[in-house]
Amino acid sequence: MSKTITIDGKTIPFEEGQTIMDAAMAAGVYIPHLCHQPEFTPHGSCKLCTVKVNGRNCSACTYPAMDGQDVLNETKELVDDRKKITQMLFVEGNHFCPSCEKTGNCQLQAVAYHLNMLDNHFPLFYPDREVDASHAEVMIDHNRCIFCALCVRASQQTDGKDVFTLSGRGIHKHLVVNAQSGLLKDTDIDATDRAAHICPTGAILIKRTGYQVPIGERIYDHKQIDQVALETEHLKHGE
Amino acid sequence: MKQFIQGIVGNNHQATHLLQILRQIQSRYHYIPEAAIEQLSGLLNIPRTQIIGVVEFYSFFHLTPRGQYELLISDSITDHMLGKKNLLDYLENKLGVAVGEVRADGVVSLDNTSCTGMCDQGPAGLVNGYALTRLDRSGIDKIAALINQQKPLSEWPSELFQVDDNIYKPGLLLNQQLEQGAALRAVLQRGIKETLTEIDKSGLRGRGGAGFKTAIKWQFCSEEQQAERYAVCNADEGEPGTFKDRVLLNALADQVFEGMTVCAAIIGAKQGFLYLRGEYLHLYDKLQNILDRRRRNGLLGSNILDAGWDFDIEICLGAGAYICGEESALIESLEGKAGIPRNRPPYPVTQGYLGKPTVVNNVETFLAAAGIAVNGGDWFAGIGTEKSKGTKILSISGDCARPGIYEYPFGVTIQTILHDCGADDVLGVQVGGPSGSFISDQEFERKLAFEDLATGGSFIIFNTSRNILDMVHNFTDFFAHESCGFCTPCRVGTSLLKKQMDKIVEGHGSAGDVVALEELCQLVKNYSHCGLGQTAANPILTTLERYPDLYQSRLKEISYEPGFDLDGALETARRMANRDDAGAHLAQIEANEHE
Repeated sequence: MSKTITIDGKTIPFEEGQTIMDAAMAAGVYIPHLCHQPEFTPHGSCKLCTVKVNGRNCSACTYPAMDGQDVLNETKELVDDRKKITQMLFVEGNHFCPSCEKTGNCQLQAVAYHLNMLDNHFPLFYPDREVDASHAEVMIDHNRCIFCALCVRASQQTDGKDVFTLSGRGIHKHLVVNAQSGLLKDTDIDATDRAAHICPTGAILIKRTGYQVPIGERIYDHKQIDQVALETEHLKHGE
Repeated sequence: MKQFIQGIVGNNHQATHLLQILRQIQSRYHYIPEAAIEQLSGLLNIPRTQIIGVVEFYSFFHLTPRGQYELLISDSITDHMLGKKNLLDYLENKLGVAVGEVRADGVVSLDNTSCTGMCDQGPAGLVNGYALTRLDRSGIDKIAALINQQKPLSEWPSELFQVDDNIYKPGLLLNQQLEQGAALRAVLQRGIKETLTEIDKSGLRGRGGAGFKTAIKWQFCSEEQQAERYAVCNADEGEPGTFKDRVLLNALADQVFEGMTVCAAIIGAKQGFLYLRGEYLHLYDKLQNILDRRRRNGLLGSNILDAGWDFDIEICLGAGAYICGEESALIESLEGKAGIPRNRPPYPVTQGYLGKPTVVNNVETFLAAAGIAVNGGDWFAGIGTEKSKGTKILSISGDCARPGIYEYPFGVTIQTILHDCGADDVLGVQVGGPSGSFISDQEFERKLAFEDLATGGSFIIFNTSRNILDMVHNFTDFFAHESCGFCTPCRVGTSLLKKQMDKIVEGHGSAGDVVALEELCQLVKNYSHCGLGQTAANPILTTLERYPDLYQSRLKEISYEPGFDLDGALETARRMANRDDAGAHLAQIEANEHE
């Protein structure tokens, strides 16, 4: 007998060791997420993937699937609150979609559309953050960082390097790079590194590739993020 | 410096010691120099980013130089109630340095710090990590003179550093006189399994506040199929208004260590740690001496009581981070990392320190365990209520005649406590610290117990002259300052709570703002990663529930108020246009509405 959980009443099988996110994605059920990518160790920090498991809020990306769990995903309460969490991510940084190269390819933007986010709701923080354009091929715009740690994990787990880390505490959290100068040019990052391509927002970009794909022909211009995630992340997971 | 760092690292190149190494560097140089980071990165074989991540996480580490005298003043609400603000202004003038700054000559720096655990003898502070108590103007005059003469701390008058226990009401545990080694001999005599049965029978639950049953935690840990296990004592009492662990470690450390050793026997641990909050540096040498004496007396180390029983305890100091009181963050910190709470499961009893099964318990829990090992479970279970056995040791501060340490059987009413400590004209009590609840004068018949008011022991009394919103403001700022920043709801949410409270308290709130505040509270409470975020909104929620009018009265009587100062925002434009006439000013909303 294979073990199962239910998500919004739908029965979903899982294998031992899978998280609720793993099981859901494999079964074609999308749970919004930003800090999670199946190729890396789950982080559990963005909290967008919060689901109710037997009445308790849990992060689907880190919480193990266990036989008989009753999981709620698409309730009005969860969807509304995920929207507010996304709004929090918008107001703590400086996100100006119309002038950002990542627009249309940005997961933060796409999740916001998916959750029907129409305003910021919260007051903006307008933090003073820098742009690091020192590297010949890769740039960091700290204004757009959402502290998902995907670049940190990609650098360690795929590239075998330690280019990035999250430093500081509370609202002063920030991304630092592994160089005495504090500049990306003095790190050992390469433009071909996984870490240079994993950013869900426009915080880490490859130089001289801007607008090669015109607006209107980008990933999320024609598809919702749930469809894209299920197509791409599920495939990777099955590999 | 190279030699100094080589000296402290010695032959121990484990990255788990990073925190302790950084403490020594900060103490010697008053910051963590770039060269030290480079050198440590090589010696410990860790990336420099990892070191920077740790330095920037803990309040007591700095990347830029602080003064040779690093002066910190406690920002607990109790310090404020004792006149902290005036004293800080006086101190700024006297020393010629502003809060948050280093004086131009580099001799002294001044800043605020979260509650230092001296609430019964404040206003309090720290100088180069050592506790200062009962600060007043004459004390500050002395301190300023000593600093200006650059007198080493060892030559400062000892009364500046005097820390009193202030035990006013001892009970079952505080009255207990145990002969050294009594609990260990009792374990040998009774048997390990049988001792666990007694702990179980006692009904002892964790004294940190969460109240998990101690015997079950120990049993789970002992059943893990692992060769190594660890017993950890959580002495990181950072909850503002709590100071009983400081007193227990000053007065009854032997019994606490004995409780840890009993735990080690039951779970099968060879190594233990006392995680001592950095603010209690003044206890460090004394505790080390006690551990040494216990080793000499065959009560610690190898072959304890000649019974082939090995267990030792290492003291690790924190560096200013409330979050490290959370058990998995504490374990991260013990491993030399930033104190970011882990994802659970796995729980520490299965994967704790270095991934090995680990028991983390409060100081008071280990103290009680030592007593139970000697006297048996019934001794403890005979006191208290059905669901909350035994006694609770309270740290009482605020508006009362006798602030200090009180021990009560569980089930005691708030009224009884207020009477005993000499509190009159009471408006309410903050039970369990900022993360607990505010209790109004209508609820003084309520009881301290897991089934009614659960508490880690913080008990702050407010009389009718106090302003509740000032308290809420202080607590809300505290959580925003201490949020580790890992998860979105807490990182952003605690800062949003602070902004929203500022808006209301400063009179910029309008009709929808209290509703918006409450919504935000629920979001932070329900979605945060750990207990810090889940309780950060409690000061607002528990007072909003009891005093809704207090919040409403601060609102403007308009339906909408801009989130910022409209006229203020035009200042730059006025300057550029060189205008200051009436047409260059904009009213907020009222004027238009009245037209």
